[in-house]
Amino acid sequence: MATVSMTVNGKKVTGDVEDRTLLVQFLREILNLTGTHVGCDTSQCGACVVHVDGKAVKSCTTLAVQASGSAVTTIEGLADGANLHPVQSAFREHHGLQCGFCTPGMIMTAVDMINRAKADGRKLDEGTIRAELEGNICRCTGYHNIVRAIESAAQAIA
Amino acid sequence: MGMEGIGARVLRKEDQRFITGKGRYTDDFKMAGMHYAAFVRSPHAHAKIKGIDKSAAEAMPGVVAVLDGKQLTGDGIGNLICGWMIHSKDGSPMNMGAWSAIATEKVRYVGDAAAVVIADSLANARSAAEAVAVDYEVLPHVVDAVSALKSGAPQLHPEAKNNMIYDWEIGEAAATDAALAKSAHVTEIEIYNNRLVPNPMEPRAALANYDVAEDHFTLYTTSQNPHVARLVLSAFYQVAPEHKLRVIAPDVGGGFGSKIYIYPEEIVCLWASKRTGVPVKWTADRTEAFLADAHGRDHVTKARIGFDKDHKITGFKVDTIANIGAYMSLFSSSVPTYLYATLLSGQYNIANIHCNVRTVYTNTAPVDAYRGAGRPEATFLVERIMETAARELGLDPAELRRKNFIRSFPHQTPVIMAYDAGDYDTTLDAALKAADYAGFSARRAEAEKRGKKRGIGLSCYIEACGIAPSAAVGSLGAGVGLWESAEVRVNPVGTIEILTGSHSHGQGHETTFAQLISDRFGLPTANVQIVHGDTDKVQFGMGTYGSRSGAVGMSAIVKALDKVEAKAKKIAAHLMEADEGDIVIENGEVKVAGTDKKLGWHEVCLAAYTGHNLPAGMEPGLKEGAFYDPTNFTFPAGAYVCEVEVDPETGVTQIVQFVAADDFGKIINPMIVEGQVHGGIAQGIGQALLEGAIYNADGQLITASFMDYTMPRADDLPSFKLSTHETLCPGNPLGIKGCGEAGAIGSPPALINAITDAIGNNNLTMPASPSRVWAAMKA
Repeated sequence: MATVSMTVNGKKVTGDVEDRTLLVQFLREILNLTGTHVGCDTSQCGACVVHVDGKAVKSCTTLAVQASGSAVTTIEGLADGANLHPVQSAFREHHGLQCGFCTPGMIMTAVDMINRAKADGRKLDEGTIRAELEGNICRCTGYHNIVRAIESAAQAIA
Repeated sequence: MGMEGIGARVLRKEDQRFITGKGRYTDDFKMAGMHYAAFVRSPHAHAKIKGIDKSAAEAMPGVVAVLDGKQLTGDGIGNLICGWMIHSKDGSPMNMGAWSAIATEKVRYVGDAAAVVIADSLANARSAAEAVAVDYEVLPHVVDAVSALKSGAPQLHPEAKNNMIYDWEIGEAAATDAALAKSAHVTEIEIYNNRLVPNPMEPRAALANYDVAEDHFTLYTTSQNPHVARLVLSAFYQVAPEHKLRVIAPDVGGGFGSKIYIYPEEIVCLWASKRTGVPVKWTADRTEAFLADAHGRDHVTKARIGFDKDHKITGFKVDTIANIGAYMSLFSSSVPTYLYATLLSGQYNIANIHCNVRTVYTNTAPVDAYRGAGRPEATFLVERIMETAARELGLDPAELRRKNFIRSFPHQTPVIMAYDAGDYDTTLDAALKAADYAGFSARRAEAEKRGKKRGIGLSCYIEACGIAPSAAVGSLGAGVGLWESAEVRVNPVGTIEILTGSHSHGQGHETTFAQLISDRFGLPTANVQIVHGDTDKVQFGMGTYGSRSGAVGMSAIVKALDKVEAKAKKIAAHLMEADEGDIVIENGEVKVAGTDKKLGWHEVCLAAYTGHNLPAGMEPGLKEGAFYDPTNFTFPAGAYVCEVEVDPETGVTQIVQFVAADDFGKIINPMIVEGQVHGGIAQGIGQALLEGAIYNADGQLITASFMDYTMPRADDLPSFKLSTHETLCPGNPLGIKGCGEAGAIGSPPALINAITDAIGNNNLTMPASPSRVWAAMKA
């Protein structure tokens, strides 16, 4: 067993976990933050993407102990109170989700994608967005409207 | 009418919870004292169970039970059923083998459950499952349907001699043979329609609890049709009587058909919860989903189509072998028969059609309906053979299709279906225009200069949705009726709850269904709550599959709304001392036409509930229910054009444009309809280009993770160009045809027609991987 401490969505949390406990299990089972999903167990689908110290990470292949001492943001912590993050709003405006299961990971990936592009002074075009979504699988939307949502949010944030 | 009525692009009500991480899926629920199930699954394709040694597993930490199939059947749990009876052409009923939720004597595919462990944590359950020692005697196996029919093939079930479940036919064989013999030209084709894994992003899950105090079960599960689940669990599997079983399908993360069926795992969780006295949860990991979810397609087909000297189709003869896997899943028997062969007329006038289907057991996962279910198989065949014929005849593929289009409705095909309405010229014209079909040769020449092979392919699909009426499907062997129910509950303050038997797992019912109320009464959709997915709340329902929720589910709501409107008008007429016929309801107000007399909608609703001043003899309250049984199937149709560039060095295909022109009848929310088409096309492109479930010679599913099975990703797909054209369906009150499956039905042949056009070789099997395309180019 190990004791892990981290900041999750701005709140300090501590918990005792087995060494093999994954970050996603810690979030879902211990903290009841069930917005982060598990879709594949092999780091392929990205339904589990959260931010660790500001970077998109697949929480299904991160041990909870690896995140100890870090600041973690999950989909539940993305909005500023009742004010949605621009990427959240854009997914709704552009119908970038259907069943909603991949959506938390998609949004967290998109936020990271837009932040990195902004930091590098890059403009996100469709080809770049599609290439950078390679680690997130959606079975419902055919990605068409997800791409529109990210294009639109990138403009709003720029 | 109004901002949120029929035809408005209303943003989805359900999105708020999904984009903030507040969706509630089955695996998100917890119960006090909850335990976890881990299944012991067969590593062999076919084996006898000689014995199970549970002692090591039982001694492991946290384990409360290790259960096997003999205990399950010993407790009276029934075998799984197939809900659609098919008779062979000799009149004999289908040969169905027994399927126990946990295997008793034999395991018949890799992943078949041989035992289950219940433990206090998922990790403990999985560790103990590894310690269960099943003594297997490995038997010979067969994984492909053609081999399974050969003499001397390994036999799966004693009930099905030569592994044949049924040998079924439709249409007139002799007349079709005669028509082909007289034809000026006959085109032949052989097709393998690849096996697919549906892969909704949420894996299947179940959380079952037996409440001993109430002698009552609750099951949270990933279901597209919770009432059907309850009915089957109760009536056939003897888990609990219906009134002692509540089935809840909360937010469900996609289905695509694979969550219609009642699987062994749900049965086992319910049974194990009563047996062990603890709530039991099971959530599939992705590899379990690959192994144990129902797969789709897997047909081998030979077909011949004849043309007269004017290029009119004379006859179409089809011979199909369908792989159904190791067991007959709930609707598996109907997919390669009534959902497939009845659509073989496509959009064309064909006087003579005959189709023979042999459906076969193999040592693979059960195969059942996956998005489109039979109709993609039919469309792929029809549209591949039409394209092939056009090439052989030296005709423009669009013109050959146009020459044979059905233009007069209703149209009776030789394979049961009576098409009620359609306009195939308009959708083809729209697709060709959007794709700039006329400019293709210039684009091809330009691509040639860059060293790329450019091709274009068409597909004119038809499908059948809203499978009904109940009496008709009953006569064809269906074990259930295919109507839908709805209840409209108006509250005293005028807000409205719609209870529906349809189930949303991504389709946006909470929004579209609310738009009906907005349209009818001029109320904001925010004042409407859609209630679904809970057998304790909704009286009954058949659920969502086969693109039926618009055509059937919403029709039931309309019927209930008619009754609510009629009663509200009676009350308003009474209150305002006006004639009932003069009352109009709009913008949330109830008015006497031609006067300034009016009441707020909420005032009429309150009057209904106070009961102080109602017309003589009228019951208080404002709540109405309805059951709606359609009069016919609906027939969405459309035309798709795909254009590709193939790299001759690598065989890599790039989709450079994809155009869809669809006729879905009346559209309630265009934004949601477009989303359905996008997703459908993506799955169709997945089938044609990327996806394929492969069992190797050892009977192992070697494509059992997202590392091995190629799901379409964002960089595999283009943006899509869509348009719609409305010819209303005459068979239901809104004129809806359905849009959920069209994309997956229409797109694979368009893509394969485009690639084969590009490479100049018509012989190409799905998925058209770079290696296959490269090999076809060199052949």
